[in-house]
Amino acid sequence: MDSLFAVPFFAGLSLALLLPLVGNLLRLRDEWLATLGLAHLAAAGALLGVAAHLPTFVGALAGALTGAGAKQASGGRSNSAYGLMILAGWALTLLVAANTALGDALAHALIDGQLYFAGWREFAIDVIVLLAALPVLRWLAPRLLAARLFPERERANGLPAWRWHFGFDLLAATAIAAGTATFGLMASFALIFVPPWIAFRLGADWRRAQWLAAGIGVAGYGAAFWLALTLDQPFGPVLVGLLVLSFGISTLWCRPASADFLRMSRG
Amino acid sequence: MRVADSLLELHGARAGYAGPVTPAASFAVARGEVVGLAGPNGIGKSTLLKAVLGTATLFAGRIERAPEMRIGYLSQQPVRLPEVPLSGSELLATLGADRLTPPARLMEKLKERIDRLSGGEYQLLMLWATLAGEGDLILLDEPTNNLDASHIRTAIDEIAAARAQRATLVVSHDRGFLDAVCTRIVALEPVRG
Repeated sequence: MDSLFAVPFFAGLSLALLLPLVGNLLRLRDEWLATLGLAHLAAAGALLGVAAHLPTFVGALAGALTGAGAKQASGGRSNSAYGLMILAGWALTLLVAANTALGDALAHALIDGQLYFAGWREFAIDVIVLLAALPVLRWLAPRLLAARLFPERERANGLPAWRWHFGFDLLAATAIAAGTATFGLMASFALIFVPPWIAFRLGADWRRAQWLAAGIGVAGYGAAFWLALTLDQPFGPVLVGLLVLSFGISTLWCRPASADFLRMSRG
Repeated sequence: MRVADSLLELHGARAGYAGPVTPAASFAVARGEVVGLAGPNGIGKSTLLKAVLGTATLFAGRIERAPEMRIGYLSQQPVRLPEVPLSGSELLATLGADRLTPPARLMEKLKERIDRLSGGEYQLLMLWATLAGEGDLILLDEPTNNLDASHIRTAIDEIAAARAQRATLVVSHDRGFLDAVCTRIVALEPVRG
């Protein structure tokens, strides 16, 4: 592979592994829409950062963290809060794009998902984010699982649960900001949304669902990179299209677990 | 009885949400005891448990918990996610409830996803997860929900087996179950006048 494309490939690859794992926990918390809300705020933050002569990732991170902080402060752990973020981020992104010189080009890159602009800085950031996030996710996952299934347990035992929930919010915001700055808004959303959806349907248990989600993310990313390069297509839409296709294929041989649940509830 | 002897003491406790809904309750639960809370529907048995948890408001009296005590709680309607790739054994490990050997009928289901268990199997799993977890005081709110007769027998056996290490407070509308599983029953009486 030409070194011109090797750096963006490996920058994105680390996030293709990480974002589905973050997505599994967001799906567990029924907060998959979080990705789209935080990604929109990250895009708006990236554009504002560029207007202030800051690196793209710094602005994106500030935007996503602002969203995570506002959600925590308002106690609004719900998809309604993320709906508001989507609207605010979308409006801000397009307004900044329309009123700054560099903004218009960058807004297109963020929305189209042009991975090939990612350089050594994005590569370094993405690898650091991956290496920092993996052990944190491993530590957080059992706590978030217990909190989801036994919500009263934390309060009854005076556990410092807000730290786990806020810590995960920050981690998700950072991963989404890195994704948005590396390969755009919708590609990040697709990686955090589709592989976990398939893994939740097909995974025999939590451990295998992690492997499955990460595997789908990496395989979809690799295939999209090769296809986009070969066919001279924008990377973001190709990745999103492939992931949607993979979901469609997954429905052919497995009914959703919820069907079993409904059957048992009735019987 | 002082908290030094018991893990939980209620002294004239009246609990509720917008206002008090329970009559004043006074009793204690010590390690090795299984105390049942009985009373007519709507008297606030579950609310009293939630006041111990801290999720309902205490309007009068006081609730004393032994220091450093950990609580295990089985809700009247345990959270059931329609789709989650989590096996029974992973759920138990998550709660630190995998050190004890589960009942045989649960063992054979532990590799299955929890969203594919029947209602009774899921309830039994959640009950076992609560009993075998790290709680010193176990609060069980209608633990026989969704259980058939054979599952209830298993539940009685497991609560009895866990008794020595724990203090257990059980709410149930099923007086026969309370009689079978409890060492003592506290009846909540409606407030007169």
